[in-house]
Amino acid sequence: MDPGLINLVFVLVSLLLAFGIGEWIERRHYKSIRVREVECKHLPTVTLERLPVPKGWTYHSAGMMTGHVVISVDHFKRFVARLRQLFGGRIRTYETLMDRARREAILRLKRKALDEGYHAIVNLRIESSRLASSGRKGKGTAGVEILAFGTGVRMKKVGA
Amino acid sequence: MILSNTDEVPGQKIEAFYGVVSGSTVRTKHIGRDIMASIKNIFGGELKGYTELLHDSREEALERMVQQAESLGANAVVNIRFSTSSVAQGAAELFAYGTAVTVEP
Repeated sequence: MDPGLINLVFVLVSLLLAFGIGEWIERRHYKSIRVREVECKHLPTVTLERLPVPKGWTYHSAGMMTGHVVISVDHFKRFVARLRQLFGGRIRTYETLMDRARREAILRLKRKALDEGYHAIVNLRIESSRLASSGRKGKGTAGVEILAFGTGVRMKKVGA
Repeated sequence: MILSNTDEVPGQKIEAFYGVVSGSTVRTKHIGRDIMASIKNIFGGELKGYTELLHDSREEALERMVQQAESLGANAVVNIRFSTSSVAQGAAELFAYGTAVTVEP
């Protein structure tokens, strides 16, 4: 067989495989995010410096917490993005990547706060950075890191 | 040691300032993790090896910052910020800084 043809078949198969598995991983991730978001819904999380304290309550203690995740897109999505760069415009496949990474990082932060018995998170901040892989002369993207951090606060009844 | 990324610790008053304290660490992943990550890169999803690595590094940067604050006699660090930069191929610096203070309820 023509080596060019074999090459083409190989590329197509790997793209298809990446598409299938990547899509499956993303769907599973979104499902788990939605479930956990409902679980953590009752924890007030704000980007404000301070939260109004309910009447008869006062601040008890505070502590900083972080939650983060490193996530990467699949081969197929990267291919689509590269095609998109020819014409410009929205790259939807990367939008969903950033979206689920951010939601995951915030969820991890919230989970930690709930486990440690905090009543709210104030001053939530989100940062992202790109990790360059050492492969392909450091040009390939290994993934993005999203860091969410904030200060957990505990409250107590006045006089308690 | 109380840590906070707000201007002051909620519910407590700042009594004394000691200036900026910081901690940093430069880390790289080992080759095994790199190979695993490049396989994961084909299918996407979370790169757990990197998540753990960055978690450990950030904890270490914070730990160094806390040590510095302790040596100054502070009991809290407020307004903590993080920054990440890739200094070299496959290596990242994690930096944490904040203001060392003494707080009282």
